Amino acid sequence: MSPLRVGRRQTIGVLFGLLGLFLVAYVAGNLAEVDKGLTFEPPPDALKIVFSPTTLVTAIGLIFVLTGVASFFERRSERLVTGSLLLSTILFIPLVIVVALALSDAPDTNVTQLLVESLRLGTPIALGAMAGLWCERAGVVNIGIEGMMLASAGMGFMTYALVGDAHDPGALWLSVAVAVVTGGGIALLHALLSVSFRVDQIISGVVINLLALGLTGFLRSEVIVPSGISTGVPTGTVPLPGLSKIPILGPQLFTNRPIFFAMFVIVGVTAFVLFRTPFGLRVRSVGENPHAAETLGIDVIRIRYTAVVIGGLIAGLGGAWFSLESQAGFEDSMTNGAGFIALAALIFGKWRPSTAFAGAMLFGFTRALGSRLQFLGVTVGDFSIPSEFWQSLPFVVTIIVVAGAVGRAVAPASDGVPFERSR
Amino acid sequence: MAEPRPRASTSDRLRAVLHEAGGLQPVLVPIYAIIVALVVAGVVILAIGKNPLDAYWALLRGMFGSPDRIAASLGRSTPFIGAALSVAFAFKAGLFNIGAEGQLLVGATVAAWVGTFSWLAGLPGPLLIPIILLAGVIGGGLWGGIPGFLKARTGAHEVIVTIMLNNIAVLFVRWMVGSRDPVILRDMSASVPHTAPLPAAGRLPTLVSSEPPLHLGFFVMLGLCALVWFILKRTTFGFEVRSVGTNPNAAKYAGMAVNRTMIAVMAIAGAFAGLAGAGEISGTTGFLSPGVFASIGFDAIAIALLARANPYAIILTSILWGSMLSGAGLMQQEAGLSIDAVRIVQALVLLFVAADVIVRWIFRMRRDGAGGLASTQMSTGWGSTT
Repeated sequence: MSPLRVGRRQTIGVLFGLLGLFLVAYVAGNLAEVDKGLTFEPPPDALKIVFSPTTLVTAIGLIFVLTGVASFFERRSERLVTGSLLLSTILFIPLVIVVALALSDAPDTNVTQLLVESLRLGTPIALGAMAGLWCERAGVVNIGIEGMMLASAGMGFMTYALVGDAHDPGALWLSVAVAVVTGGGIALLHALLSVSFRVDQIISGVVINLLALGLTGFLRSEVIVPSGISTGVPTGTVPLPGLSKIPILGPQLFTNRPIFFAMFVIVGVTAFVLFRTPFGLRVRSVGENPHAAETLGIDVIRIRYTAVVIGGLIAGLGGAWFSLESQAGFEDSMTNGAGFIALAALIFGKWRPSTAFAGAMLFGFTRALGSRLQFLGVTVGDFSIPSEFWQSLPFVVTIIVVAGAVGRAVAPASDGVPFERSR
Repeated sequence: MAEPRPRASTSDRLRAVLHEAGGLQPVLVPIYAIIVALVVAGVVILAIGKNPLDAYWALLRGMFGSPDRIAASLGRSTPFIGAALSVAFAFKAGLFNIGAEGQLLVGATVAAWVGTFSWLAGLPGPLLIPIILLAGVIGGGLWGGIPGFLKARTGAHEVIVTIMLNNIAVLFVRWMVGSRDPVILRDMSASVPHTAPLPAAGRLPTLVSSEPPLHLGFFVMLGLCALVWFILKRTTFGFEVRSVGTNPNAAKYAGMAVNRTMIAVMAIAGAFAGLAGAGEISGTTGFLSPGVFASIGFDAIAIALLARANPYAIILTSILWGSMLSGAGLMQQEAGLSIDAVRIVQALVLLFVAADVIVRWIFRMRRDGAGGLASTQMSTGWGSTT
């Protein structure tokens, strides 16, 4: 008989177990005995599941308790522990929704819409994460993504305000193009500073963030405000042929806006190019060991420039999302930290496209959930949970995720190290 | 047989000191960088059809045009000194504290809260003011300690954690100060959300009542600069901090507790920012309204980088930064130019100091001595510490 091992997973298991006991013994009994519903479609012909919150919370609580017990049988079956921990983690999402719904006055809430909203709000974060992925896989740390997105958002809408005609789709597309090019241009500056001049990459990123803040504020008060156009018509929804006919998902997910769709394409293309093509191999080799790459005849400087600029173009599209797709308009510092959250998603995703995308969607989900719960108006006892609490949810989750994940995440080996050509 | 040492002339000694500091370049590069930045920003101003010379002249007079304006500039610079010291101190340990923003805000909040405790109301100023400042130090220190702790324990990168904590602090304080039900810190007699004003005894003495006022906090900050210099250069702890910053592995093999040092450094850095926030509450505003201290902590990063994390240089760069923001008002009035023009100049100054290669090339300077920011590697990616 081996002694009981108490490691990280056992600790998490015990926490789940305690939470489960709390749910079963206290929370479940104190929820109002009113059936609630989860809907999957907008009203006319709503597909709806009606459930009793008490039963559901009790069930989830029991699963948590079992997870806690199971975590001590790691020697017997590692798969059981991994599986139950994963299941419990996923069950957190329905748990939060069910409890919040039970604590509010709303009879039901649309789940499909919540998921689509998560994807929508995750779009700029996913684009930012892909931008960061390109840079960092090539060995250039980019904390200037925030500034790239902000500058692109500003330049994009400035173009829109100057070209003017709100109903001409050409003007809108020109603005999006300008936003993308702005991102690329600022990335070129980042590359010039950090690759050619070997300025500390963090400092270069700070310069970009600062410059973007000043430049967009300046352009807003000197160009956009005098132009008299403060809002406009953002990119419209497009039904994807075929897919938009799928019941339930079709009208809600596949009838959507262009940058939203482009984001999925970019994630896919990034994953393919970086990991399945010779060019991607070169980019990654430059990020891991530039000197070895140079011995093989790879032009390290050129690869780094290319990768950083590709990242900048993607960040530019992310910026366009803010000022031309989510709404048509520009406010000072409207990106509101999305570039930094994108970096957190990238680290969470361990510098891989699919997992970074998942990270971005996790943050999109917390943000969507936050505003949904804020809308539902959740009250615990007499205390109505304030909107600031829900708004801070993505940031709190980011810290938890980074603290939980980064210990095992390994950055590209030469990430952040300036490259000096050997003579 | 000891030969009498030749007495070095004053100019020789001066030259030796200068050589040790890397020649005149540490001074010349920033000055030239400012010139280049003004020229480049001038092009931007020209591009929108306004006269950059008029704007700069108004800016300069706004910064230092009268005794009152000079006092206002120094008053505006005061919180930047503390916040920039926060960033610089973390830099010395190889940590990048983007969280001065949040630490300053939390420090200010705790100070504004403690300062209005009813049982403190009767205390005389010399007793009450230190209590208020200490409250800020503790608040900022705790908020700064969190990323240090998480970095040491789990390897979570402080850049991400401090940014998230900034956002959380802003939302949390907005709730505490704004909430009507329940009332937490809101002064219910006021129409706009802010905390109850400090008692008069809790206010740092004003030296010049300019807008913003020059208060005693400015000299507290100068003292803090000397203290940081002393800690870094003359104490064992300071040596540990610099060792961890230069080479954590070597520090570890030398028997230093790297993780503990990191937590301490982040907590102390947070305390500096918290002190800056408390100083503003006690010296300038007298109460906390949400949003007043926005972007001080971010500017502090640029200020600390400009000063190359040197505590004494921070005084100068903070005054430069604060006075530009303070003078921008007159520029807006007279030249009709958005205040953000100053932000562009500031970003460009940092850019050209960081990329001193450009400045050296323009002014045909040889690289001698320690070199510029380009040679200071502040960070090496996201590597987690283990």
